[in-house]
Amino acid sequence: MLKIKDLHARVDGKEILKGVNLEVKPGEVHAIMGPNGSGKSTLASVIAGKEEFEMTKGTILYEGEDLDEVSPEERAHKGIFLSFQYPVEIPGVSVTNFMKTAINESRKARGQEDMPANEMLKLIREKSELLDIDRKFLSRSLNEGFSGGEKKRNEIFQMAMLEPKLAILDETDSGLDIDALRIVANGVNKLKSKKNAVILITHYQRLLEYIIPDFVHVIHDGKIVKSGTKELALELEEKGYDWLKKEPVA
Amino acid sequence: MAYTEEELKKELETKEYEYGFYTDIESDTFPKGLSEEVVIALSKKKEEPEWMTLWRLEAFKGWKEMTEPEWANIHYKKPDFQDISYYSAPNKKPKYESLDQVDPELLDTFKKLGISLDEQKILAGVAVDIVMDSVSVATTFKKTLAEKGIIFCPISEAIKEHPELVKKYIGSIVPPKDNFYAALNSAVFTDGSFCYIPKGVRCPMELSTYFRINQAGTGQFERTLVIADEGSYVSYLEGCTAPSRDENQLHAAVVELIALDDAEIKYSTVQNWYPGNKEGKGGVYNFVTKRGMCERNAKISWTQVETGSAITWKYPSCILKGDNSIGEFYSIAVTNNFQQADTGTKMIHLGKNTKSTIISKGISAGKSQNSYRGLVQVNSRAENARNFSQCDSLLMGNECGAHTFPYIEVKNKSAQIEHEATTSKIGEDQIFYCNQRGIDTEKAIALIVNGFSKEVLNKLPMEFAVEAQKLLEISLEGSVG
Ligand SMILES: Nc1ncnc2c1ncn2[C@@H]1O[C@H](COP(=O)(O)OP(=O)(O)O)[C@@H](O)[C@H]1O
Ligand SMILES: [Mg+2]
Repeated sequence: MLKIKDLHARVDGKEILKGVNLEVKPGEVHAIMGPNGSGKSTLASVIAGKEEFEMTKGTILYEGEDLDEVSPEERAHKGIFLSFQYPVEIPGVSVTNFMKTAINESRKARGQEDMPANEMLKLIREKSELLDIDRKFLSRSLNEGFSGGEKKRNEIFQMAMLEPKLAILDETDSGLDIDALRIVANGVNKLKSKKNAVILITHYQRLLEYIIPDFVHVIHDGKIVKSGTKELALELEEKGYDWLKKEPVA
Repeated sequence: MAYTEEELKKELETKEYEYGFYTDIESDTFPKGLSEEVVIALSKKKEEPEWMTLWRLEAFKGWKEMTEPEWANIHYKKPDFQDISYYSAPNKKPKYESLDQVDPELLDTFKKLGISLDEQKILAGVAVDIVMDSVSVATTFKKTLAEKGIIFCPISEAIKEHPELVKKYIGSIVPPKDNFYAALNSAVFTDGSFCYIPKGVRCPMELSTYFRINQAGTGQFERTLVIADEGSYVSYLEGCTAPSRDENQLHAAVVELIALDDAEIKYSTVQNWYPGNKEGKGGVYNFVTKRGMCERNAKISWTQVETGSAITWKYPSCILKGDNSIGEFYSIAVTNNFQQADTGTKMIHLGKNTKSTIISKGISAGKSQNSYRGLVQVNSRAENARNFSQCDSLLMGNECGAHTFPYIEVKNKSAQIEHEATTSKIGEDQIFYCNQRGIDTEKAIALIVNGFSKEVLNKLPMEFAVEAQKLLEISLEGSVG
């Protein structure tokens, strides 16, 4: 599904990703861990197509297609979803209106008509129940005045609405209390199927107790320095990242 | 590809004025120039009574002694008032009973504007009085209105048929010598709308008028007079678009609203005059005087969506004369390319317990300049006056400007005045967030701007709100960035 080869990227002339290799197959869950500033969010943004980040070397193949010339919205239409570490506020635009626009824009790109209102309502009801979201919440301005936890839950609500093929969750767990974490994890697990893949970017082993990863990667200074299975996450929890920083590049 | 300011700017420049077409309807036009003779000829052409002719001449005399105002935050080449023709009327002047009798070319024009005068709209209960190049060519739903005693007709007709009302109120709120452009308008206004709602009557439908400038080099001077008698209510809609033109066109309207005791007037405008091309050439000069007078317990709300004109100079105002009267001003002003807007309101608190609310949303893009200028004045005998003002500016790009000039003059200590102002920029992060959800940059901007403007859009009558939103979107499809 996703094949990243020797990816180098920079922003403001500063090299941040220094040769990332990663392959994600349908049905898999990958966890990416690593210290602050190691390039996790940058990797997520580059996959989603943020233009500020300049790819200087390497390729990203998604379902066999080179994404180099593909705009962020087209990537979204093709099923790539990013749950933002810092979701953005859009004053005056309700969650519902935003989702309606997003869904219909994707449908338009696929040559489909707008989703009929009753279908949209049904979908909203279903997904908001799944994530235990109060309907009143959906008429509020997108992310404006939301608590950290509400923002994250709203990201996952959007993911559930859009049903992406590849979901990248950038520290969706931080700022969530244990109940919210369970609800969010449950939402992600419901989306999981043989056809979909998930990349979880996280600091904590905690989330991985609810969403079991098939692979765990550690990123440091713009490179994946170690890959393993879920046991690696436990080891990191115990030992921290320092021992990895000293090891030769894996 | 994703949004960068550079790309967006380029995109904007290629977007030409959507409504840039012009209807070829024969007309009867005066030669250019302005003099006493022209004023008399105009009045005669319109078969006006003598008092009207004299009123115009008096205004003209005043105008000759006045000079154009300089204080607004706008820069332009002053119009040559001798290079304008002061009268132009469509040659065919039929009276229509149904739509299929209307000139198909005209209907086609309205269709292109997307604000078509179709049956649906009429069924929806909107009576439309179209001012096409100064003279009304169609009036609908007159009968329903007449049954309630409501008068809604071209002002030229009202001058002849309801002289007592016109004589009493015209110039009572905006005196002929109020300002340079009001004086000019008073001397040479060609047409406009007149509306009278009798005591205690609630007007059963939104009254709407569409204005257009159509004849090359014809200045347009509309005059609108709305009188809501005691305890009555009316919602009045005014919308306009103009064809694409190379030379500057002058538009100097005067609107007077009178809300007698316990009456309420809602006046909504969607303004989309031709803004000029991307080099800043052409475009309409829109110098408007709009003012309303509130008697006891009366209320006037001005709501405006301003997307057009090369230059806009406009301050819909309320004189809160009666005790407990309320004035409101809700405005969205979009400027792009070289457009300049200097708009705002004046709230003059004279009566006790008077209240005013001002919500102004300015959106600037390109090299445009968008100024809010507002005056809140509380007179010495206006006990317990209250005002709340909120001015928000949204900037797109680094070459445009937003300016806020709030003037507050308070002569009574019991007044409560609140003023809030914010300035924000559409961020690349917001755009990318939308892009990531499958929403392209153009649509994302429309969404963000609609969100920004929502408080004001919500004040418009439902049907108009949809149109206004569409208009914002059109102006934004490349015209804002
Ligand atoms: N827009 C940017 N401009 C300049 N530097 C950036 C930008 N975004 C990220 N960086 C830098 O890139 C490095 C990696 O950041 P990031 O990918 O956010 O790390 P992580 O998500 O792993 O904490 C950091 O040193 C950060 O300061
Ligand atoms: Mg991060």
